Amino acid sequence: MNRPGRKPRLAVWKFASCDGCQLSFLDCEDELLDIAGAVDIAYFPEAMRGPIRGTYDVSLVEGSITTAGDAKRIQRVRQRSRTLVTIGACATAGGIQALRNFADIDAFVNVVYASPEYIATLATSTAIADHVPVDFELRGCPINKVQLVEVISAFLCGRRPVTPAHSVCIECKLRGTVCVMVAHGTPCLGPVTHAGCGALCPGYNRGCYGCYGPKENTNLPALSGQLATLGMTRPERLRFYRSFNAGAAPFQEESQRHES
Amino acid sequence: MSRRTISVNYLARVEGEGALRLTIKDGAVRNAELRIFEPPRFFEALLRGRSYTEAPDITARICGICPVAYQMSAVHAIEAAFGLQLDRPLRDLRRLLYCGEWIESHALHIYLLHAPDFLGYAGAVDMGRDHPALLRRGLALKKAGNTVMAQLGGREVHPINVRVGGFYRAPRRRELAPLAETLKRAREDALDTVRWVAGFDFPECDRGYQFVALRHPDEYPMNEGRIVSNRGLDIAAGDYNHHFVESQVRHSTALHSHLRSQEAYLVGPLARYSLNHDRLAPLAREAAAEAGLGTTCHNPFHSIIVRSVEVLHACDEALRLIANYQEPAAPAQTIEPIAGEGCACTEAPRGLLFHRYRLDDQGIIQDVQIVPPTAQNQPSIEADLKVLANDWLDLPDTALRARCEQTVRNYDPCISCATHFLNLEVRHE
Repeated sequence: MNRPGRKPRLAVWKFASCDGCQLSFLDCEDELLDIAGAVDIAYFPEAMRGPIRGTYDVSLVEGSITTAGDAKRIQRVRQRSRTLVTIGACATAGGIQALRNFADIDAFVNVVYASPEYIATLATSTAIADHVPVDFELRGCPINKVQLVEVISAFLCGRRPVTPAHSVCIECKLRGTVCVMVAHGTPCLGPVTHAGCGALCPGYNRGCYGCYGPKENTNLPALSGQLATLGMTRPERLRFYRSFNAGAAPFQEESQRHES
Repeated sequence: MSRRTISVNYLARVEGEGALRLTIKDGAVRNAELRIFEPPRFFEALLRGRSYTEAPDITARICGICPVAYQMSAVHAIEAAFGLQLDRPLRDLRRLLYCGEWIESHALHIYLLHAPDFLGYAGAVDMGRDHPALLRRGLALKKAGNTVMAQLGGREVHPINVRVGGFYRAPRRRELAPLAETLKRAREDALDTVRWVAGFDFPECDRGYQFVALRHPDEYPMNEGRIVSNRGLDIAAGDYNHHFVESQVRHSTALHSHLRSQEAYLVGPLARYSLNHDRLAPLAREAAAEAGLGTTCHNPFHSIIVRSVEVLHACDEALRLIANYQEPAAPAQTIEPIAGEGCACTEAPRGLLFHRYRLDDQGIIQDVQIVPPTAQNQPSIEADLKVLANDWLDLPDTALRARCEQTVRNYDPCISCATHFLNLEVRHE
């Protein structure tokens, strides 16, 4: 798929985000030089100076769309990109800043800014896929850097990335971690959360808080019932579903069921 | 009458989205603006109504480069509101985690973001083509910091193990032992780093800064201490708002911080070093002297040396903490929420990070104030450019632009952090 003799050109783009997912790229300390040998890192402003030029074989997009300017900019990024991969919960679900979607944006602006009239922002924070076609979504807040290397390798080989779509529950079983919900009564989103972290939180004796977002085919009402049995109040359950992936449809719907 | 404008439309090698504009008229710099167009994410607003237990996880997401700093300021401010003080092993573990972040964040800045300026490369990958061993050393050093964060915090970005009252899980002594081996090698690399960067060419510069940093009775400051300055300020974190004030400016999206006397001030490695030289580990003090630093450092271009000295200190301190570590009886102390307000400052890699929380008797957050280091340094960054660029006006535009960018990078500005205070003006080219 790539022309011989020319390294594929890679770009990293940032929208509203914390920079943590693109930092995960630089956190691949052992692989970074190999990656730089296999692809031409052609645009990556956090790491290097250089202009936007031509088209890119693969674009990694971090962050969500929160301004009218960024809604236009993502269209131009899409036009320049043969393959567009979104990285992290901001890009795949709107991120923590999507909490504004459930609130009055003017009230939000007023809390932070003394002169709110200077602020131009959209009332919502939305995923990249709500604006342009996306070729692959890599989940997580932040993404797992090992999975990022897999995504780049898969692209270089012209195959789909292998990123298991099962739940964090399965990851717990795979690593042999005792179930924190069954054994300790700790509320956990593991049964409904997309794999990818390696069941990090249960491994540290805490419940999963859903930073990889909902897996496919969740049964959230059943989990809500179990969380209630464990003593979680309605407002607590609402907040549980409404964090870094609050804008992902299943979490959004279940949190709305807990409103009022 | 001649007019010349130097613009950098998208500042590279900084965390976040910013731009720079320098206006030169009749042979003098008339104006320097660090314009920040990073979209605001409204953290202070979205934290209202959340539980105190969520604050360390949510505030971490302000910055992927220094999440531990946000977690540390959050937990200390909330513990101050609840009247809780942590026992030795837990406070030592927090300090160890912070050492990891200092090593990781500083190594990233020294090797990947700042050194290419001094050596004339567009970025670290270019630099690595000519100096592969140097880049490998930088990455190894960065990885050592990340290893500490991953071991203690669960992962490098947005660690999951920090909670109000301590940790979810405290490490066993034997789990920390392999870290010590990594850190011993990192300490050697850090010493070599100090020697390496000390050999760079530095422009002369001393603007007579007002330095502000924490100071602790017997430690180089991270999580605790009073806020002091080189002009006699000496206050507790709870008095921060009596002495500092933020104001919104039109040209950039960050609130600027000033002392109430309207003076600009500087936070970060230069300030920390100059106010706490006597608290550095002996090894770090010796390396600083060998690198030609005095007991204070006023040249912002020397910040790369000071960062390297702080990495060396952090490696040494982390080794000391691991050697003395006693497993705590419980990973966290008991929390009983009470209604009230708490403030804390900790030393993020980029400088003083202030958090204030007002909570109700259920521990639900009513009001939050967060002042990140880059918001505090913004007036100083602009003042540096306005003064220093006057000496560089005979440079051609490209060289002048590069020198201005380098001047901004002296501060390792984290625009993602600063942005929830920013007065937004989007101008994408």
